[in-house]
Amino acid sequence: MKYMMFVVADPDAAAEAEPSPDDLTIEQWLADVDGRGKRITGDALRPISDATTVRVSRGQVLVTDGPFTESKEWIAGFDILECDNLDEAIAIAAQHPQANGGKLELRPFWTDED
Amino acid sequence: MITSVVVAERTGMVASLIRLTGNWDLAEDCVQDAVERALVHWPDKGIPRAPAAWLTTVAKNRAVDVLRRRQTEQAKLQQRAIMEEMGPSDAWHPGSRSDDRLLLIFTCCHPALALEGQVALTLRTVAGLSTAEIARAFLVSESTMSQRLLRTKRKISNAAIPYQVPPDELLAERTGGVLGVLYLIFNAGYGQREDHLAVESLRLARMLVDLLPRDDEARGLLALVTFQMSRRSTRFDAHGDLVPMEEQDRRRWDPTLIAEGHTHLRQAASSGRPPGAYRLQAQIAACHATSETAKATDWGTVVTLYDALLAAQPSSVIALNRAIAVGFRDGYEDGIAALDGLDAEDLAGYYLLPAARADFLRRLGRDDLAQHSYRTALGLAPAGQPEQRLLYRRLTELRPP
Repeated sequence: MKYMMFVVADPDAAAEAEPSPDDLTIEQWLADVDGRGKRITGDALRPISDATTVRVSRGQVLVTDGPFTESKEWIAGFDILECDNLDEAIAIAAQHPQANGGKLELRPFWTDED
Repeated sequence: MITSVVVAERTGMVASLIRLTGNWDLAEDCVQDAVERALVHWPDKGIPRAPAAWLTTVAKNRAVDVLRRRQTEQAKLQQRAIMEEMGPSDAWHPGSRSDDRLLLIFTCCHPALALEGQVALTLRTVAGLSTAEIARAFLVSESTMSQRLLRTKRKISNAAIPYQVPPDELLAERTGGVLGVLYLIFNAGYGQREDHLAVESLRLARMLVDLLPRDDEARGLLALVTFQMSRRSTRFDAHGDLVPMEEQDRRRWDPTLIAEGHTHLRQAASSGRPPGAYRLQAQIAACHATSETAKATDWGTVVTLYDALLAAQPSSVIALNRAIAVGFRDGYEDGIAALDGLDAEDLAGYYLLPAARADFLRRLGRDDLAQHSYRTALGLAPAGQPEQRLLYRRLTELRPP
């Protein structure tokens, strides 16, 4: 099963997060997940200040600065995981450095059977 | 007899068919079909010598038939899985049944599912209640409940929630989730006079202890439910009004259920682990169940247990119950002082806080003040429910001003 894992940054949660000695660095996390062949691809994204929103209304392309949402949370990166099941994806997400002080959102891909 | 055989076998059959086919609806339909056939054939021809094998064979044959007609690749794979396990003896794979029920329970209570979906699916698939029954219990329409079940099953399949007993590092946490669902089902039923859900929670808790005999918190939950259910026939009067524990006829408390509770508490204690929240609540319930009169209740022990419970699971509702126990241990004045010391902000809007104050004031003969607190409690209590009617009765029993 393929999952898109959004890496979500949350400034409020980050301010309250307490680092734990068990936290992996991003390098350690990548080495583990790539070493087990569980990650197809992934990357970090530039912050909202560099984001652009595009809509089309009545044939007009509307371009605005930033994202749509009011929320302070923003998607800071993504990874595409290939896992046996959700529990395996949860275990990988829980090890991600952003799990403590941010959050991970796991979204299964549409498959041919759908 | 027929019903008890069917009830005992149903969950295991559904669980195995889900494991083999991954198709929840197919599993439920085929087992239902087998059950209906049994109800038609058995009264005439007698119960077969191996009723479980009879039922499972019928359910599996039915599943194979349905899948054969579908003719998709997936259906062929599912068909093969069933045929392989059926083997030459037409019996279930020996020894696998109890494990299948456990897989089913853990999947229904997976934390990636919405809690209301976990509850609904557990009642539908593990307990075998109809969608209409579950809808009635939670006061929603049948179509709403059927949508909820559908969404929950779809998420299991779409997000690939595994059908497995969680790995060791997750087992304790996930078991806690299962216990939480069973406790929620118990509470949803116990407050009502029509307490089907509480009865189901007792059955489910027994099943879980059967499947996880070494889990002391599962035994704690079962003990808690048995102690509470032992009072079942005395909790409501003939008018459907709530009877407070101190006015209940203790001779009518069910001694078999109380004994069952004690057995599980003893077995849980033999784990050597410090008691968790369910064991502690069961120990509190045991204090009440074993006391011959309300007056003789060992309130000292009850307060000590609430202290431990608060340490294990800080909650303002538990703190409130502790304060009430303090009032019975040390005197009603001290009880009121303990209530005053609670976090009123946290408990704002919760009727039991003014109700407890009213109760202590009434016992102290301060009827004017009691009246005021009863009125506040009445305004906050669930409208028209037994709790509210009890408060109203208390208010009318006070001396007229």
